[in-house]
Amino acid sequence: MVHMANQIANFFASYPKEEAVAGVADHLQKFWEPRMRKQITEYVAHGGGGLHELAIEAVKRLH
Amino acid sequence: MALIQEADYGTPRRISETLVTLEIDGKPVTVPAGTSVMRAAAEVGVNVPKLCASDNMEPFGSCRLCLVEVEGRRGTPASCTTPVDQGMKVRTQSPKLAKLRLGVMELYASDHPREMLHGSGNGQTEFQEMAAAVGLREVRYGYAGKNHLHSEKDESNPYFTFDPAMCIVCSRCVRACEEVQGTFALTIDGRGFASVVSAGDKPFIESECVSCGACVQACPTNSLVEKRYVAKEAPDRSVVTTCAYCGVGCSFKAELTNDEVVRMMPYKAGKANHGHSCVKGRFAWGYATHKDRITKPMIRAKFTDPWREVSWEEAIAHAASEFKRIQAKYGRDSIGGITSSRCTNEETYLVQKMIRAAFGNNNTDTCARVCHSPTGYGLKTTLGTSAGTQDFDSVEAADVIMIIGANPTDAHPVFASQMKRRLREGAHLIILDPRRIDLVKSPHVEADYHLPLLPGTNVAIINALAHVVVSEGLVNEEFVKERCDLVAFEQWRKFIAEERNSPEAMEHAIGVPAADLRGAARLYATGGNGAIYYGLGVTEHSQGSTMVMGMANLAMATGNMGRKGVGISPLRGQNNVQGSCDMGSFPHEFPGYRHVSDTAVREQFEKAWHVTLQSEPGLRIPNMIDAAVDGTFKGIYIQGEDIVQSDPNTQHISSGLAAMECVVVQDLFLNETASYAHVFLPGASFLEKDGTFTNAERRISRVRKAIEPMAGLADWEATVALSNALGYPMHYNHPSEIMDEIARLTPTFAGVSFDKIDELGSIQWPCNDKAPEGTPVMHIGGFVRGKGLFMITEFVPTDERTTGKFPLILTTGRILSQYNVGAQTRRTDNNVWHDMDVLEIHPSDAENRGIKEGDLVSLASRAGDITLPARISERMQPGVVYTTFHHAMTGANVVTTEFSDWATNCPEYKVTAVQVQLARHMSEWQEHYLETRKQTTRIEKESTAND
Repeated sequence: MVHMANQIANFFASYPKEEAVAGVADHLQKFWEPRMRKQITEYVAHGGGGLHELAIEAVKRLH
Repeated sequence: MALIQEADYGTPRRISETLVTLEIDGKPVTVPAGTSVMRAAAEVGVNVPKLCASDNMEPFGSCRLCLVEVEGRRGTPASCTTPVDQGMKVRTQSPKLAKLRLGVMELYASDHPREMLHGSGNGQTEFQEMAAAVGLREVRYGYAGKNHLHSEKDESNPYFTFDPAMCIVCSRCVRACEEVQGTFALTIDGRGFASVVSAGDKPFIESECVSCGACVQACPTNSLVEKRYVAKEAPDRSVVTTCAYCGVGCSFKAELTNDEVVRMMPYKAGKANHGHSCVKGRFAWGYATHKDRITKPMIRAKFTDPWREVSWEEAIAHAASEFKRIQAKYGRDSIGGITSSRCTNEETYLVQKMIRAAFGNNNTDTCARVCHSPTGYGLKTTLGTSAGTQDFDSVEAADVIMIIGANPTDAHPVFASQMKRRLREGAHLIILDPRRIDLVKSPHVEADYHLPLLPGTNVAIINALAHVVVSEGLVNEEFVKERCDLVAFEQWRKFIAEERNSPEAMEHAIGVPAADLRGAARLYATGGNGAIYYGLGVTEHSQGSTMVMGMANLAMATGNMGRKGVGISPLRGQNNVQGSCDMGSFPHEFPGYRHVSDTAVREQFEKAWHVTLQSEPGLRIPNMIDAAVDGTFKGIYIQGEDIVQSDPNTQHISSGLAAMECVVVQDLFLNETASYAHVFLPGASFLEKDGTFTNAERRISRVRKAIEPMAGLADWEATVALSNALGYPMHYNHPSEIMDEIARLTPTFAGVSFDKIDELGSIQWPCNDKAPEGTPVMHIGGFVRGKGLFMITEFVPTDERTTGKFPLILTTGRILSQYNVGAQTRRTDNNVWHDMDVLEIHPSDAENRGIKEGDLVSLASRAGDITLPARISERMQPGVVYTTFHHAMTGANVVTTEFSDWATNCPEYKVTAVQVQLARHMSEWQEHYLETRKQTTRIEKESTAND
C-alpha cells in the first residue's frame, strides 16, 4: 500500500505542490476502496514511515 | 437463416469521383472509373465465367475463361483485366465466346480427376460450377499423356489438405497469401506444365504458412480444402456471428449441417475483417464441443473435495445462500465479482449490475485490469474517452505507422494483414519493441526504425521522441492552439524541452542510439499522417498509464488526431475487453465510464434499478486478493476468467482464493481458478448465445446463437437466476432487452439496439442523436473532454531492478496459435504449433550459462520459479528473455511479481528481474501444481452421488 501510494505521488510530483497534493488526494478518493483509504489513513496517523511527503499530505485530506 | 452465399464481383471495388457508363449485354451500368468490365457486369447481375478472379485480390488474367467481346475492338479481352470505358458496349455471351470457354475448360479438365468434374459430396466447387456454366459434359482427351493426377497430397497441416492433382495453377492461393494475408508463403514453382503451387518446397506445416485460411477460401477446385468440412455433409444454413478470440472481432458465418457447426467462414460484409481470418477464428473453434466441456453445475464444501454434479437450481441456490451467509457474517463488502471479456456486453452488464444491486457494493472488476486498464485511464485523462480513436480502416490512410509494444501479426493477425497491405503501398514503419517482432522485417515489409528499447523505459523513449518534436520546432502549433488546453501544453512543453529528456541524455537508459530516436521522431512528426498502434507492451508496466498519456501528448503535439489515418489505437487483447470496460465492469464507474460518486448518474441507475447504490469505489482484482489474504474478503463470482493462470504472482492469487469461503466460477472448462472454487456453473460458448461484442475499434457486433447451450442456459440466464436467488429480481426475455436497458442508461450507447445493429451490420460507439450511425473516428473537430490535456510524464524507473541474483529481465507475451490462457486453443489442433511454453533467450546469454537449444532451464524471480525448455533466439536482445503464459503447467505467472501500474494496478508483466539456469527437473511449484490439479478436478458423477 505504501508502495502504491508512493507511485501515485511520484507521478504527481512533477506538478506544483498544491496541484500535486490535490492530484494524489483526488486519485486516492476516486480509485481506492474505503477500507484501503482507512488503512492508509491509519498508517499516516501512526507516522506514515516510508511514505512520500505528497502522499502523506494527500492522505490527510481524505474524507 | 438459409446458407449464405456471398456474391463475388470478380475484382475489387474501385473508388473514383469519375463515373463511367457503359452497356453490358444491352444493360446500362454506371461504375467508378477503374472498375473492371467483370465487376461492372456483376453489378447488373451478369456473371461472367471465371476461375482465377476474386474480388478480394487484384485481377490476374490467367484463366482465360472470362473473355468478352467489346464493340469496336478486336479480339476477346479478359473482362477481369479490362477497365471500363465511357460508352463501351460489352457482350459476355456469343457462340464464339462459348466455344472459346468450352475449349479452355476442357483443357483444364483434361488434367483433373474426371470424377471431380461434376458436383458430388459436399456441394459444388467453383470449378464444377464453371464446367456446368460453359456446358462441359465430356472431355475428349485421355490420361495417356503427362498429367498431375498422381501427385502426392500434402496433409501436414492439421486443418487443410493440399492435393496437387486437383490444382489448376490459377494462382488464387498464391495471390491470397500475398495480397490478403501478406505472408508470401506460397509460390508457383516451375514453368509451363511443370508449374506447381509450392509452400517453399516443403510441407505446409514446415513452411512460413500461418494457416489463416485465405488460400483455402480462394481455391476454386478444392485442391486446398478444409479437412473437417469435407468429412461432413454440405451445410444447410449459416449464422452470422462474431469471433470469440482477439480484439479484432472478425465477422464469421457459422455454417451448420443438422445443427452442427461444420465450418467457420469469414464474412465479407464484416467491417472489421472484410472477409479475412486467422488460424484461431477460422479453424480453432473445436473447443466449443470438446470433451472437457463441463455441462452440469457442480458444488463442493471444500475445494479439496471432489465435485458433485447438481441441478442448476441447487447450484444457484447454494451459491446465493453462501453469498448471503458470508455477507451476514463479514459484512456487505466482503464479496465481489469479476466480469469476463470473453462474454457478451449484455452478460458483462448483468454481472456488474448484479454486484452493484444484489451484492450491494461496487466490488466488480474485469480482466482489463491486467491488460488495458491504463488505456482507459490515460486516454480518458488526455482526450476524454477511454477508447481508441480510430477504426481499423483508418490505417489505409496512414503514412507513418508507429507500433509500440504490440505484435500484431501474432496477437491481432487480421488487422496486421490490413496494416501490411498499407505498408506494401509505401507507408513508413517505426517499431518500438524490445524484441525483433516479425514486422521489423518480413516479406515486402521492413521497418524504417526498430527501436529495441530496454523493458521498462517506455516513458523515457516517448519523452525523448517528444523532446525532438518540441526542440526541433516540429510542434503543430495551429492544432495545439485550436484544440488543446494551452496552460497544460505550455507546462508540458517546458518539461519535455528539458535537456534531461533529450535522446542524448536518455539513450543509455533506453538502450537505443540518440540518432535513431531523433530520426524516428522526425519521421513521425513530418511524414504525413502519423498513426500510433500499441499493445500490452505499453500498458503492462509500472508506468503504463503514464506511457498512454505520453503517446497522447505526442499525437496531440504533432496534430495527429481527429481524422482518418492518424490517432492512437490500442490493440485490445480479448474479443470483448473494450465492451467489458464500456459496460461498467470497473469498481469506480458505471456503464459509460461515469464515476460512482457522480450523484446525478448514480440516481439515474438507482431509479432504473430500483435500489440504493454505493457512491464509493469498490475493490480491484488485486485488492480483492489482498483483502482475501487479510481476511476481509470472503466470496467471489468469476464469470469466464481464469485469474490463477492469467494474473501475476500465481501463488499470491491462489492463496487469496484458498482463503475465501465461497468461490463461484462460471466457465466452459474446469480452469485453473476452478481448482479453488466451491461452485461451478457451466458456461456457454459464443456459438450458444445471443448478444454483442465490442472490438478494439469500438465496433459493436452481433453474436448470434448457432446452437443451443450445451448446459441448458446461456451465461446471462445463469446470472439472472443467481440474482433472483439473491433476492434482486431480474426480468429479461432476450439479450436484446438488456441492450435496450444499456442504451437507456448509457449516453454513448443511446442509439444502439439489436435491430439497428442488424440493419447496419455493426455500430461503432458513440451512437446517439449526434451520430445516429456511430462514430468510426473520434475527436473530429474537438476532443470529447473539450480541450486536449497534455500531462507531464516524468520517467520513473520501475522498482523491479536487475541484481546480481536476478540479472536478466523477463518479458511475457503471446503467440499466434494460442490465445490467452489457452483454455480454448489448447483444446484444438493449434497445439501442433505450440504445445508448450518456451523461454526465448539470446545466444550470448545462453552461451554464458551453457544452455543449448531445447535444454530444460529454471526461470526464477523473487516471486517464484518454474522450469521450461529454452529456445535460443536472436529476436531477443542480450539481457532480456521472453516467454508466454498459454500453458497452465508452465506457470509463467509464478515468476511475475505484484508490481503494477501506479494508476490502475495493471500488473507489470513486461518487467521481471530473473535468473536463468540449466535445470534437470520440474520446479517445486510445478510438481505441487500437478498434485493439486489432480485432486481439485475430481468429479463425482451424478449417478455415483446418488448411489
